[in-house]
Amino acid sequence: MTVIPSLPRRLHGPSIWALYVIGLCPAAWYFYQGATGGLGVNPVKTFEHLLGIWALRFLIATLAITPLRDIAGINWLRYRRGLGLLAFYYVLMHFAVWLILDRGLDFSSIAGDIVKRPYITIGMVCLVSLAPLAATSNNWSIRRLGPRWSKLHQLIYPVALGGALHYLLAVKSVTFQPFIHIALVAVLLAYRPLRKPFLGWKRGSKPSVARATR
Amino acid sequence: MPVYHPPRIAASEITPREIYMSRRKFMGTAAAGLVVAGASSALAAPLAGSPSTFSTDETLTPKEAVTSYNNFYEFGTAKSDPAQNSGQFDPLPWSVKVDGLVGKPREFGMDELIKMPLEDRVYRLRCVEGWSMVIPWIGFPLAALLDQVEPLGSAKYVSFETIVRPEQMPGQTGFFQPLEWPYVEGLRLDEARHPLTILAVGLYGETLPNQNGAPIRLVVPWKYGFKSIKSIVKISLVEEQPQTTWKNSNAREYGFYSNVNPEVDHPRWSQATEQRIGEGGFFSVANRPTLKFNGYADEVASLYEGMDLKANF
Ligand code: HEM
Repeated sequence: MTVIPSLPRRLHGPSIWALYVIGLCPAAWYFYQGATGGLGVNPVKTFEHLLGIWALRFLIATLAITPLRDIAGINWLRYRRGLGLLAFYYVLMHFAVWLILDRGLDFSSIAGDIVKRPYITIGMVCLVSLAPLAATSNNWSIRRLGPRWSKLHQLIYPVALGGALHYLLAVKSVTFQPFIHIALVAVLLAYRPLRKPFLGWKRGSKPSVARATR
Repeated sequence: MPVYHPPRIAASEITPREIYMSRRKFMGTAAAGLVVAGASSALAAPLAGSPSTFSTDETLTPKEAVTSYNNFYEFGTAKSDPAQNSGQFDPLPWSVKVDGLVGKPREFGMDELIKMPLEDRVYRLRCVEGWSMVIPWIGFPLAALLDQVEPLGSAKYVSFETIVRPEQMPGQTGFFQPLEWPYVEGLRLDEARHPLTILAVGLYGETLPNQNGAPIRLVVPWKYGFKSIKSIVKISLVEEQPQTTWKNSNAREYGFYSNVNPEVDHPRWSQATEQRIGEGGFFSVANRPTLKFNGYADEVASLYEGMDLKANF
């Protein structure tokens, strides 16, 4: 069933570090472009939007790890933590750009927007919910929290839903780009309740591949 | 070895002589010939208007920004799409049909429209999305056109229609078409006749670039930008409040009036401030308070006397 040649074990660690480096490249590149006049006539909004879209992309990638293993037999579990953390970093940068470059730290308008604008309220709830997930994305926390760790990290599902809803509400009309991102989130979330029956069916039809870990 | 074939030009694409000649005339500096500006239409030609007291003396938004940051969904929804995707749009020949409740319905050719008494109008433009520009338009009062067709007493509103030309407007083809075409807009007759309301045929001393609504567009400076419909082919005088595209797309968020108003927020975002494009920079965004009626309250507030502007947003 395995399609992709597996990476030699000794490269697993370096490949995870490479993921962080590569994952932060879009932010660095867009920041450089913004600072040197390469992001058009409204560079702050463009930068803010790009960071938001990349945040959602990393959330999507995080959610894709499990179905990828279940359905295609590709085990990229070792990258899931990095992808989730990258999503958090991008949301944090997206938020910081809004706070500092867009709103210019005008705290009265910031507070007003957070309570009055549903899409910003939702974004804020997502950011706050991601913080404990990021803080516990380490081996020590996993050992310490035990089964509670899995429970806590199920927060990723409402966060992804919130991120998609936030996107839907932030745009003036749903064009191809928002549609495709939101559709991916929807498909990946819809897979979750179908997972148990799917794995059961797979085990039934092909007993040899039955290795349903969580 | 490849052989060079001269391009075939359809008969319909060759400009009739009279239009060509009149275009020559308004071009004034004939020696300069056709000025081919970078992002603009290949037909961009110098154009001059007389000064107007309606112009603001605020700092102009750089031409590069005015012609590269646009909402013109017929060419795509990204801000850069209109400049990038409008190159093959052919704004000439062109005519605007004026009909409905008028004594003398007729069609105006572009050659005729370009010879109307043109004025320079430097106006603020406030987009419903929260950004603004200062643009030096060249145009003439819509009222001057309406006078020529003699509206009937029963005419209460004016409706406008943009061209549908999917073969030259990529936003009008494919799966994801964000709006229904044709794009339609409307004004109350008194708004349409207001001296601030113009039909623009140029900006920055040249005929309109395609991405800004070539060859002729409406400019209503006290309303959100989407009211200022582009590439107009039809104007009708009607009795009932006409359909408008954004209201049809989302009536809760976009009203018929859509007057700029910092006190009436968009349901999803604040309208209290605006970002002036081209000012400030990456590390210093130029946010400024939005003015009621986009700063044209002295001229237009009387049009809405006694009206609840929250209900009639
Ligand atoms: C999981 C968390 C989040 C995700 C995935 C996310 C993603 C996005 C995306 C994809 C966009 C649309 C970009 C576009 O229009 O092309 C967006 C817009 C926006 N986001 Fe977020 N976002 C998140 C959290 C936040 C937070 C915490 C804030 C601030 C409190 C925020 C503020 C904004 C604003 C202000 C816009 C609209 C910018 C504008 O057009 O004016 N977002 N976000």
